[in-house]
Amino acid sequence: MTEMKRDSVDQAEVDRFSAMAREWWDPNGKFKPLHRFSPVRLGYIKREVSRHFGRNERAADAFSGLTFLDIGCGGGLVSEPMARLGATVTGIDPSPVNIEVARLHAAETGVVVDYRATTAEDVLAAGERFDVVLALEVVEHVSDVPSFLATVADLVKPGGLVIAATLNRTLKALGLAVVGAEYVLRWLPRGTHDWKKFVKPEELEAPLQEAGLTLLDRRGVVFDPLRFAWKESDDTDVNYMVLAARPKA
Amino acid sequence: MTEPVERVDVLIAGGGYVGLSAALAIAASVPGARVALADPRPWREASGDLRAFAVAAAGRRMLSALGVWSGLADEAEPVREMIVTDSRLDDLIRPVFLTFERQEEGEPLAHMLPNGPLVSALGAAAETAGVRFLTPDSVLATEQTPGGRRVRFTSGKTIIASLVVAADGARSRLRAEAGIGTNSWSYGQSGIVATVEHHRPHEGRAEEHFLPAGPFAVLPLKGGHKSSLVWSERSDIADRLVAGAPFLFEAELVRRIGHHLGDVRVIGRRQAFPLGLTLARRFTADRLALIGDAAHAIHPIAGQGLNLGFKDAAALAEVVALALRAGRDPGAADVLDEYQRWRGFDTLRMAAMTDGLNRLFSNDLGPLRLIRDFGLGLVDRLPPIKRVFADAAAGAPGALPRLVVGEPI
Repeated sequence: MTEMKRDSVDQAEVDRFSAMAREWWDPNGKFKPLHRFSPVRLGYIKREVSRHFGRNERAADAFSGLTFLDIGCGGGLVSEPMARLGATVTGIDPSPVNIEVARLHAAETGVVVDYRATTAEDVLAAGERFDVVLALEVVEHVSDVPSFLATVADLVKPGGLVIAATLNRTLKALGLAVVGAEYVLRWLPRGTHDWKKFVKPEELEAPLQEAGLTLLDRRGVVFDPLRFAWKESDDTDVNYMVLAARPKA
Repeated sequence: MTEPVERVDVLIAGGGYVGLSAALAIAASVPGARVALADPRPWREASGDLRAFAVAAAGRRMLSALGVWSGLADEAEPVREMIVTDSRLDDLIRPVFLTFERQEEGEPLAHMLPNGPLVSALGAAAETAGVRFLTPDSVLATEQTPGGRRVRFTSGKTIIASLVVAADGARSRLRAEAGIGTNSWSYGQSGIVATVEHHRPHEGRAEEHFLPAGPFAVLPLKGGHKSSLVWSERSDIADRLVAGAPFLFEAELVRRIGHHLGDVRVIGRRQAFPLGLTLARRFTADRLALIGDAAHAIHPIAGQGLNLGFKDAAALAEVVALALRAGRDPGAADVLDEYQRWRGFDTLRMAAMTDGLNRLFSNDLGPLRLIRDFGLGLVDRLPPIKRVFADAAAGAPGALPRLVVGEPI
């Protein structure tokens, strides 16, 4: 699996992608906020998926045999950990550049992920279904939220899980995520987020329920300034995760 | 790319008690983790090593949490009482400066544990937990690649590790290869380590005499009639004592400890180690973490090195185990930063303390002799003093690695 076909790609391109991959995966680089999110986000996924499928939460290979779809996978910051835990992962992103970056990084770290530059709608149309569908930090970037969420729900097998995470449309989120992260801390390029497109928990949950899913959990993520890290919380005002399951057939 | 090279999550170079406990802690906490350990000497060959360490309560709790203490309890001699004197060599009467009997919970102050059984117990448990032993073999060189550290062994084997752990001792080859510098302090003194047999039983009592040449400790070993010595002297004197006839050594020994143990006879090897401290400037580099003597070497103050090494192993294992469970790359910079932050504090404190001691020792003023008693070795072995230090310096609760307080990761 480490063999890569690069004959048709010119070296300058490869170098450019390689540099971008390093940028994506540098914990102190441009995507620092995403990296800071990783421990709490991955911890939540590990715990909830393990519980749902009866796996050992402490194990390094707890997800073996499970299929994952990571929608909006970017450079693979979540796809790779899922694959490392043993899952068969399909990572999709509309940006071919992101996909190339993610592929390159996975080849370097020896992790196997099926990365594709495509959309959730196309994967659904192709008839593929998954045990776990992840839609992390993507809902706030799509044009038609209810229709996107219906697609997400349809991609889950009976007995499977959806985990979605996004920013809440509250003034607190506006202050922290947009003004704080983009303007004050300069964590993210200005204009990364459009507050009007942030999604309230009910707006995320309703379409999933209409598509036949059962809501299992809603959990907030807050920043702990003392530890300079994100942590789980009951406070869903800024960032939150929603867990839903499709009943067994 | 050529044919795929085998990958592991963590490769530990060095199979002493620090490397073994890190390997065991990770493998036992995270089923399915790929942990390998390389050492030129297989752990099975260590069983005859009788050098003894003072294992403090934290170390014992960690060994319990790792499931090896119950098998070691028979080998361990509890230190039930400790007397401390501050005196000059020719004082006829040594005023007993402090006496510590057992702690309030009734647990011993420490246990004296020989290295051989300790290494054997950790090795056997690590093997059961699924650690892959690459022995006898050692790391020849490593090379940083974007997705892992490529490790070449003397046997010719090559593997790629997400994280390489240097547990390869005070003169760590991996530390040098990574270009991590060290700060060293030396006192022109040496510590003599030897085992003696004595006619009268020690009754589980440890003695620490603060003599002008430095601390002198007599630590009880299993059986009641053997003790381990840690004896500081100016280096040239120490070398002569070690090289000279046993009866001269024994005569000098009796001058220092008196006659309460009856006739004493030195058994086995006498060794002298230069007293000093070597501190790595950083505990981490790209996909590399230093633990134990590779990070901070102190010779040979019984106990300190072992207990610090256990703390390193516990902290690194916790950080790595949590990363592996979440599917994170255990060698990623943000994972290693957590370890650096966690252990760096302790090390700074120790460096400051040691530097302070260096000044104290070069001074012969009376009041300073009291203060210096707080130094070498004592702090970790005398719980009330330790508590004062710990409370003042550590502050935040939860700062201790879980294994060190006896909880599983």
